[in-house]
Amino acid sequence: MESGVKVWEVFVQKKSGLPFKHVGSCHGYDKKMAIQNARDLYTRRGEGRELWVVESNAIVSVPLDEADAFFDPGEDKIYRHATFYKIPEGVNHL
Amino acid sequence: MDKFEAAFNAIIEADQKVEPRDWMPEKYRKTLIRQISQHAHSEIIGMQPEGNWLLRAPSLRAKQVLLAKIQDEAGHGLYLYSVAETLGISRAEMNEQLHNQEAKYSSIFNYPTLTWADMGAVGWLVDGAAIVNQVSLQRTSYGPYARGMVRICKEESFHQRQGYEIMVQMAFGTAEQKEMAQDALNRFWEPALMMFGPHDADSVHKNQSMDWKIKRESNDHLRQRFIDRTVPQAEYLGLTIPDANLKLDPSTGSYTHSPFNWDEFWNVVNGNGPCNQERLDHHKKAHYDNAWVREAAAAYAEKIETSVA
Repeated sequence: MESGVKVWEVFVQKKSGLPFKHVGSCHGYDKKMAIQNARDLYTRRGEGRELWVVESNAIVSVPLDEADAFFDPGEDKIYRHATFYKIPEGVNHL
Repeated sequence: MDKFEAAFNAIIEADQKVEPRDWMPEKYRKTLIRQISQHAHSEIIGMQPEGNWLLRAPSLRAKQVLLAKIQDEAGHGLYLYSVAETLGISRAEMNEQLHNQEAKYSSIFNYPTLTWADMGAVGWLVDGAAIVNQVSLQRTSYGPYARGMVRICKEESFHQRQGYEIMVQMAFGTAEQKEMAQDALNRFWEPALMMFGPHDADSVHKNQSMDWKIKRESNDHLRQRFIDRTVPQAEYLGLTIPDANLKLDPSTGSYTHSPFNWDEFWNVVNGNGPCNQERLDHHKKAHYDNAWVREAAAAYAEKIETSVA
């Protein structure tokens, strides 16, 4: 990497009420340049009302070889889903 | 086969997307880097033949439109560099590979743009051919590349339409303008068809790329689609496609064409086209002349980050 330049991940919110969505990355030497570059690159046609840029190396993710074990506890608790429960016939709005 | 390789194969098999942190065969990664960086360099080098006409655009409207189009090409280059970076290569390395000619870019940009009609022909034919290829690549197996293609395709149709609009103006203008339009078509037709690459039988990377679903349709298939779409557009303009053997085959609905001059194609790919040296020199000059801007930006960033305020 050329000295000083950083990669930033870019998130765009299209309209108020919608979640921010990751759209890609851009380069910038500092925060201000990063957000201006993100604007020029990802919102040339009014694609967003708000932008976030986050330094790529600030993003924490799960190591690939631990992913199975990491997400495993989410698999076996079927009682966390509404479909697990039996509701007597004739009972509504549940 | 370990579980990572099995997971990769399952993703490809099920038509799902491979994401940056998924395990992938080294050859898959290398192939993608080669293809995506070549694609990115094409967008960036492609700004030069159009930039040539920016200060000579015939009206303020034409100039605004051309400027917006060139800015989009820069954007497309940057989307693609970003995609390649997710595969573990840096922007600086890609620039270096472009400069030492390890990485290529599309040969079409090694042809000069001689008249204003060339701006029409480039938008209509070159962007038109690129769209056919890129629409197909929206289904490529590498997630970030596929998403980049979706974004690019949305923007490209403006490019093709602005090119065709110029062709309409020229073809229905004065006799001299029409002649320029015909001349531009004559010069760009075959190079545009060769943008799809060698025939399937001669394509080095085809089979593995198709198996990995990096490429979804073959070169010849895409090229034929482009020809079939474009011939009627030329007919509307009252221009003649420069190929005496171009004929509609009623049984297939497709046009047949003459064999291409592949010697010319390989000559340009190998660096001997009319503008290869000029394009590369210009890119290097811009890169090195602007080194001070990057240095100043780095120094400024360091200063504001270490300041207390």
